[in-house]
Amino acid sequence: MTSTPLTAPQTSRRTISGKRPMSRAASILLLALGGVLTLAPFYFMFIFATHPRQEIFSLPPPVWFGSNLEANYDSLLSRMPFWRNLWNSLYLAVLTTGTTLFFCTLGGYAFAMYEFKGKGWLFGLLLATLLIPSTLNIVPYALIMQALGWIDAPRALWVPGMASAFGIFLMRQYIGSAIPRELVEAARIDGATEFTTFRKVIVPLTGPAMATLGLVTFVQSWNNFLGPLIIFRSQDTYTAPLALRTLQGIANTDWGALMCGVALTVVPLLILFAFASRRLIDGLTSGALKG
Amino acid sequence: MTAAPTTPPKHARSGGWDNFQRKYAPYIFISPFFLLFFAFGLFPIIFNAYLSVHSWQPGSGLGDMEFVGLRNFTDNLTDPTFWLSLKNTAILAVESGLPQHLIAIPLAFAINMGLKRAQSFITAVYFLPYITSVVAISVIFFTLFSWQYGVLNAALNSLHHIPVLGVLFPGEKVNWLGERAFVQPSIAMVIVWRYVGWNMLLYLSGLQAIPGELYEAAAVDGATRSEQFRFITLPLLRPTIFLAVTLSLIGGFQLFEEPFILTNGGGGVGQAGLTTIMYMFRTYNAYSDAGVAAAMAWLLFIVIGALTIVNNLLFGRSGMGSNEAPR
Repeated sequence: MTSTPLTAPQTSRRTISGKRPMSRAASILLLALGGVLTLAPFYFMFIFATHPRQEIFSLPPPVWFGSNLEANYDSLLSRMPFWRNLWNSLYLAVLTTGTTLFFCTLGGYAFAMYEFKGKGWLFGLLLATLLIPSTLNIVPYALIMQALGWIDAPRALWVPGMASAFGIFLMRQYIGSAIPRELVEAARIDGATEFTTFRKVIVPLTGPAMATLGLVTFVQSWNNFLGPLIIFRSQDTYTAPLALRTLQGIANTDWGALMCGVALTVVPLLILFAFASRRLIDGLTSGALKG
Repeated sequence: MTAAPTTPPKHARSGGWDNFQRKYAPYIFISPFFLLFFAFGLFPIIFNAYLSVHSWQPGSGLGDMEFVGLRNFTDNLTDPTFWLSLKNTAILAVESGLPQHLIAIPLAFAINMGLKRAQSFITAVYFLPYITSVVAISVIFFTLFSWQYGVLNAALNSLHHIPVLGVLFPGEKVNWLGERAFVQPSIAMVIVWRYVGWNMLLYLSGLQAIPGELYEAAAVDGATRSEQFRFITLPLLRPTIFLAVTLSLIGGFQLFEEPFILTNGGGGVGQAGLTTIMYMFRTYNAYSDAGVAAAMAWLLFIVIGALTIVNNLLFGRSGMGSNEAPR
């Protein structure tokens, strides 16, 4: 694009910024301020989880941990089968993630490595489904689940979630760019069936993309609210977010208990994210968006 | 990558079973997605179209559906609450959408400028709200927004007492979720907080695709930093901006969870937090009017589709790369 000769492209931006310490300081200040504002609500979530209701709503508000954590936890458990609800969330998230990983990798492999009749328009159809705003289908979705008798059944959520267009798209991008076709050819020449090739050659090589897709799917399922809101009708089948929301509806909400439940629902994701954030972010930026 | 032949080589074992399974394997591999899509994606859409021209109370059996033509649509179009919800949705989409990008672009730019080493850490921090459940977020903010005893008002109050700068902050407590004028800004604030990190990530990947030598060349030619931003960064970032804005637009018009929980399901003071999806859910769930709710979904779909097309005509074409999905 430029006619000027290239000079050390990798270090260019460093050099520019190195010359201007002021703008670098301004950048750091800006990012630090934004970071504090981003983390503040999480901080108060943990603080509030250790205070009784009347201390949460007092002036000045508490800014350090209190001593009411145990009482909040007991109160939480007396109001709802919290661990049961958390288990429901986990069950759904694990099933959805497992099936999505399997079917999307399989589908992505087919679109990346095979030539077959109708491939072009089938892939076009797949991309088109990404553009349909799914929220608009709540009413027919609810009615179909009612007709199937799947109300209050977890399968109403994980069966439709077994594969996603986004997942197939992501896996196709990754397999197409990271795995040489010669490997697949070699497996075929050795007499492997198509599925064996998939299992023995493709699956072991798609780890990074699977990690990204798995995390995204898990987080989405774990945090899903509208779906469970439509499907689940009894306390025992509620997922954790749904159960917490019913606690809010009561006139005299125990905010300490509620905050304790919220923290317990968020912490597993924070732990997961602490271990996997780099992989998740790299996967999202390189796989999904660039071609 | 070299283009390898996709048909099996001649010397491969070519029994009947081999050919058969090789030919049909891709179809079998992609069929789970398409079966699910037909059952739970396409069929509901068709069913929704059918529902939208029928009157039906759920629970009374499918036989009791009565064809009413376009009456469900006219019912919606003459319903002031529908228009209110649409207006609320549009205001919320703008109030929450615009700041997201105006904050995310400078942040991404700042990271890209000179903080390469801390990049993963910073991005992770900003990304945290995005991976946290809306219920959790809304519950936390509900307490932060508290009128008399909330952290937000307490913080604003102490900022107000700083000399000189203090005039920028209100001296009186803001009744965030309790006063009509503040309901929408409060909801918008939560949404901005939640999605800034996501947009920042999009912009960061867009910025990193811009070759460094462009800036180098511009600097040699004597371009200032702001000129570099205007003439290199912005034009080359345009496809990313288009993608991010489109995603915000589509998401903004489907707002449900944040306003639903922050207003305790009811829409808040003067229904200022009632979005169209919330109203659709209420029409189906509380009023048991599936036909009208289905028609409402179509009306909202038309609005979203029209806005997407307008957005595309205004900003999409010239800046669009070859990587985007076909329209």
